Order: sequence, then C-alpha cells, then structure tokens
Amino acid sequence: MELWFTEQHTPDVRFSIRVGRQLFSAKSKFQAIDIFESDEFGRFLTLDGVMMLTEKDEFIYHDMIVHVPMATNPDIKNVMVIGAGDGGTIRELVRYPSIERIDMIEIDEAVVTACREYLPQTTCSLDDKRVRIHYEDGLKFVRSRHSAYDLIIVDSTDPFGPGEGLFTKEFYGNCYKALTGDGILVNQHESPYYEEDARAMCQAHHRIRDFFDICRVYQAHIPTYPSGHWLFGFASKKYDPVRDLDAERWRSLGLKTRYYNTDIHKGSFALPTYVLEKLNA
Amino acid sequence: MRTYRLPQEETPLLDALGQYRRNRIVPFDVPGHKQGRGNAELAHFLGRECLAVDVNSMKPLDNLGHPTSVIKRAQQLAADAFGAEHAFFIVNGTTAAVQAMILYACKSGEKIIMPRNVHTSAINALVLSGATPVYVNPGVDRRLGIALGMSVSDIRRAMDEHPDAKAVFVNNPTYYGICSDLKAIVALAHSRNMLVLADEAHGTHFSFGGALPDSAISCGADMAAVSMHKTGGSLTQSSLLLTSGSINAGYVRQILSLTQTTSASYLLLSSLDISRRNLALHGSAIFERVTDIAEYARAEVNKIGGLYAYGRELINGATVFDFDITKLSVFTRDIGLAGIEVYDILRDEYGIQTEFGDLGNLLAIISVGDSDQNIERLISSLSEVKRRYMRDRAGMFDHDYISPIVELTPKKAFYSDKRSVPTKASDGMICGEFVMCYPPGIPILAPGERITAEIIDYIRYAKDKGCLVTGTEDITTQHIKVVGGND
Ligand SMILES: Cc1ncc(COP(=O)(O)O)c(C=O)c1O
Repeated sequence: MELWFTEQHTPDVRFSIRVGRQLFSAKSKFQAIDIFESDEFGRFLTLDGVMMLTEKDEFIYHDMIVHVPMATNPDIKNVMVIGAGDGGTIRELVRYPSIERIDMIEIDEAVVTACREYLPQTTCSLDDKRVRIHYEDGLKFVRSRHSAYDLIIVDSTDPFGPGEGLFTKEFYGNCYKALTGDGILVNQHESPYYEEDARAMCQAHHRIRDFFDICRVYQAHIPTYPSGHWLFGFASKKYDPVRDLDAERWRSLGLKTRYYNTDIHKGSFALPTYVLEKLNA
Repeated sequence: MRTYRLPQEETPLLDALGQYRRNRIVPFDVPGHKQGRGNAELAHFLGRECLAVDVNSMKPLDNLGHPTSVIKRAQQLAADAFGAEHAFFIVNGTTAAVQAMILYACKSGEKIIMPRNVHTSAINALVLSGATPVYVNPGVDRRLGIALGMSVSDIRRAMDEHPDAKAVFVNNPTYYGICSDLKAIVALAHSRNMLVLADEAHGTHFSFGGALPDSAISCGADMAAVSMHKTGGSLTQSSLLLTSGSINAGYVRQILSLTQTTSASYLLLSSLDISRRNLALHGSAIFERVTDIAEYARAEVNKIGGLYAYGRELINGATVFDFDITKLSVFTRDIGLAGIEVYDILRDEYGIQTEFGDLGNLLAIISVGDSDQNIERLISSLSEVKRRYMRDRAGMFDHDYISPIVELTPKKAFYSDKRSVPTKASDGMICGEFVMCYPPGIPILAPGERITAEIIDYIRYAKDKGCLVTGTEDITTQHIKVVGGND
C-alpha cells in the first residue's frame, strides 16, 4: 500500500509526498492539524491540508524570516512574533543574546501542543525564559500595543482561514502603531507565481506600502511551498534592508546558518522582473 | 429552554420540495426556466439544486394565498415557535407585513398612534390606507442624536386626546435597539379597545434569547411584523407576520393578498421553514453566542477611546425601556467623524460593510453568521479609523431628530396637486413626498409635513456627509414636490 499526502496548489496542480505514516491528526477549534512522517522530507506539519513545514527544508524559511531583519538591525531587543506555533522562528530568534523579550502570539494552542510532541526540532526553544506565549488572536493583540516592539514577525498561514486577519489593512496599520520609530515588520508574503497566491502577495504589499516608508520584498527557494518560489515582506519606518545591512557585525556574532548568509541577504532583494511588475502594478 | 406544542424538528415545506425533486416532475408550468434547464448561466451562478426548486405553487406544495397543507403546517410551526396564534409567511419583505398590519387596523380616515421614527413602510401604509397618524414624539438622546422609544405617559396623553384611535404602532426595537415599555402600552391600548401593532423588523431574535428584550407577541401585542431575513437567517425579503388570538386570521390573509404576489418564491418560503426550525431548536444557544460577541465587541470598542458603543446603560425606564444588546451601535461624533463617514471608510478601505451610518452613529448588526475573527477585524479597523482620521469635532451637526409639523394626512398630501420647487427654496411649504436617508429609511419628511429651514439644512448636511438621500421624485433631491399648484 502506498500512502501519499497531496496538496492542491491550484485547481489544476497537485503536489504530493509519499508518507510513511501519520503521526497526529486532530481538529482544533480553528483548523485541522496533521503531522506526517516521510522519507524525503522527514516529519511535516499541515494545517487544513496546507503544508506548513517539513523537517528537511524548514531551515530555509526560518533563516530568512529571522536573520534578514536581525542583520539589518542587530540592536533589536523587543520582538513580537505572530503565528509561529511550530516554534521555528523562535528557535532562530533566541540565538541572539541581545534580544530581551519575545512575545509569541499564536491563536491555536493545539498547534503548539502537537508540535511540542512531534516536532522537537522546531519547538526546542519555546521554553526560553525570554519567550512569552499568548494564545490570542494576533489582530487583537497588536491592537492594544503602542511603540512597544523593534521587530514584528508575521509567521502566518495563508490568507484563507484563521490567518485571514493577518493580511488586512487594519492589521498592518496596527503593526505600524505597535512598532517603535525604528521598528521593522517582516511577514511571510506568499508566492508570486500562481495566480491566487500572487493576488494575495500584491494585496499585502500594497497595504503595507500605505503605512511604511520603506517597503521591500525578498525571496527564497522553499521546495515544499507552492511553486517553490516564496516571498517575504520587509517594511520599516527607518531601515533599508540592503543599505543598512551591517554584514561585519552580523558575521562577528558567529551564528552558523545553512541558508542565510550576508550575500544571500543582499541578493534576495533582487527580484525577477515579472515579480517587480506585479508588485509595482 | 422554551417548550413548544408542536414538534419543531419538522420542516414540512422543505420535505415537500425534496419530494418534488425526487419525483422528477416534468414541468409544463411556470417558471419558464424549467428547473434551470432554460437558463444555463443562471443555473451556473445560483446552482442547479437551487433552480430545481424555484417552482410555482402546485397541489403538493400548497399555495401561500390559500394555504391548506404544507404551507399551512409550516405556518403553524412558525406560530408555535414564536408563541403566536397565527403566523403568515411573507415574501414581499417586512414592508408587506407592516402594511398589512396597518391596513388591517385602520380604514381611511381612522387614526393610528405612532412614533415618528418609524420605517418608511409604515408611513407608506398610511398613504395606501388613508389612515391619519397621531405622532407621539419619541424621546431623543441629545448627545447621540438619536430618537428613542415612546414613554407610556406620552402615549397615554395621545390616547386621551384621540380616544377614537384604532391602534398604536410600536417599534420593537428601533434600528438602534431601543424598546418601549410594550407590556404597559398593551395594557393601556387594550383598555381603550385599541390594537397594538409592533414593527419587530429588528427583533426576530427576541423570541429566542434570555438576555434580550421581550418579544412583542409575548407582551400581548396583537400583531407583529418580524424580519426573519434580518437576524433570523432566512433569505432576503422573507418575513413573518404574527398575530394573536384577537385577530381575524382570514381577514389578514385577504389584506395580505391585496398587495402580495400570487407567485410566492419557494426559495424564500423554504428559507423561512428551515430558519424557523433552526431558531426553535438552537435559537437560545445561537443568541447567547451572538450576545457574547456583541458584548465583547462593545467592551473592546469602548477601550479604543473616543468611540462610544452604547448599551444597557441607556435604559431610563421610559423612552429607553429596554435595549437590544445584539446591536452594536457606535457613537462616532467625538472623533470628529459622522457615522456615515466611518461607514464609508470601513467599506472602501477595510472591506467591511456595516448596516448603516447616520450623522453621529454607526450600526453593525451581529448575528448568527458572525465569527470571532471577523469581529476582531471590525474592532481593529475602528481603532485604525480613529488613529488615522480623528479630527476636531467642531462644526459637526448635533441635532438629529426634528419633530414633524403635520399639516395634512400622508395620503391627502401624496395625492394632491403638487409642484416641484428647488429644495433650498422650499422653506415653509408642505411636503408632497418622502425624503429619507437610506438606510435607515426613517423619513426626514413625510407627505403632509411642513418643510422648515432646519430640515433643509439637515438634508444638505446629510448629503454632504455622503448619506444616500432618497424618496423624492427627483433622484438628486435638488428639487422637492410641494403641495399646491401644478407643474
Ligand atoms: C424598522 C423597519 N421596519 C420595516 C422594514 C421593512 O423591511 P423590508 O426591507 O424587509 O421590507 C425595515 C427595513 O429596513 C425596517 O428597518
């Protein structure tokens, strides 16, 4: 018998991974949570049937969502992370001793519980004493914060489902308000390739651009996400991610990474022409 | 938990339509799309399943104008669910139910006591019936600029002055969620042989919730027009007319037939049947959740500062006897924005459609279809609107309710010779048509009322702020028809 996990990337395109066994399956108040084990990608987590991370390629996503803003402003002390129930983003953040506090806002406690049990590779740092986990709606949490964070990372699901509120204008506006004067907002920014993802990407970009003076997009190659070509948003009131990159200082921290390096940092902001055209449309 | 006389799990109309579909009837009757086959585009848009039951009345499906089988049974179930003697399914909107109540109660020339802040459908009914309105001034909240309910003492005075009135018409609640003391009004009215007619367009849920105001029928009202489509979950345009034992049901049916279609939509009718079952079986749980969401939203909006989401603290024992906490009404003027401006910003910038904005308030309807996530979006958007748009409140109009000066009955004014004059030059003339902001559809001017400089100013200001001003023949409201003379 062969068991395959299949995700519909578009109505006409499917992506499949052969599965050894299913480790976990539950329906929380918000979504269906499943964890599988596979030969090719190791263990992987899906929410409502959509791939969140695999043990094999998660380092790419987590490197890029964390080290790009941290290398741009190594003085970041207060961080808010929205989503991130798998813990991977937190694992990378706690490697910076200069960070004093991390508020993680995850709407679905069941995701964290399941990941703690089956994905220790990413949840390993959730108990760091600087981390505070809030099981709350992200939109609600940011609403009540003013000039409190140097960095907000939006590590959300797609904008269809529980993550929808994290792609809205009101959310970005509230993030702007919650950031300090030199604050940075980084968000997972969908894919530019398939039409529906690309529409979400453009909409998010335009909404962020309405609030932040500096609004850039960077890319990475993530094999298990639709089209493999994934984008991140970088927005700031002050820092330009390429101009203000302090490569020497970041390298002096001696952090070992498998995807991120300071050349990739600069290079990732160079985007294909068709993507630029879509973003600027 | 309420108990019912009839088995509320039943859905006779739904079952009959299911049977109809299973029987694979070959249609040689109207509608001509023949179960959708003749209109592929429409069938694609609405779905085949839907068009397959868009049928006309026939023996197995009964007839709304003369119900003897499944519609009759479905109406009995609805009456039981709402605690009424009879229920009539309505497919022409609550407008038809409101008009039927008034046409039933008052013949031409007879009087009806009502507050002036009724929906336009009620005054339209006066044009149809020729009844004379005796307006009771509703209370006014000066700060919020909204009309409230009627106090019992004002109603008693109106009854003393007009002992020949046939009926009292009451909003239960107003659009903003405000209720009058219906039990006391019923006792007064019945002691003087007057009927009590309730416009319960915004109170469908009252029959099913613990922490909600009393439903009109439970207070002893004789008739109630209930918008199932507003907060009850049925399809737009479907509605209920409820009556108590004092009412002649056969005559009600005749009155309804005066204006209601002879081709009642089974989509609308079945939606009433299904929604009634849902409300009867799950209504108390549903509205407990709805009130929780609304109370949460109210508290969160009030934390933003500058915006005031009002609630039960308005209750004053007279003009605000009770308050429907499922309505999320927000006073916006303190952040220097008219409600209609916030309404427009929410829609255009945040993709959020609220029910309406008037000059000082925004109203969001919370219902069975709302999620926690969407309510967070609304609250966060309001907080952003305040952060980004707040301005000085100087120069804001701050009197919303203007007492009418009634010179002629609505019917007499509507049908008299009229001429068109520029609205801004109409001061002192008698209005021959309606002027209202839609929504909420409460007339600023009704036919037969004297136009004043204050009213002209109000209309101009409402238009400036972006209200949709409707009702006049001239769609731009630049001109208004006044009584006397001919064009
Ligand atoms: C108080 C009131 N009564 C009656 C109606 C008429 O209802 P319908 O639009 O279903 O005809 C409305 C509609 O908005 C209303 O607000």
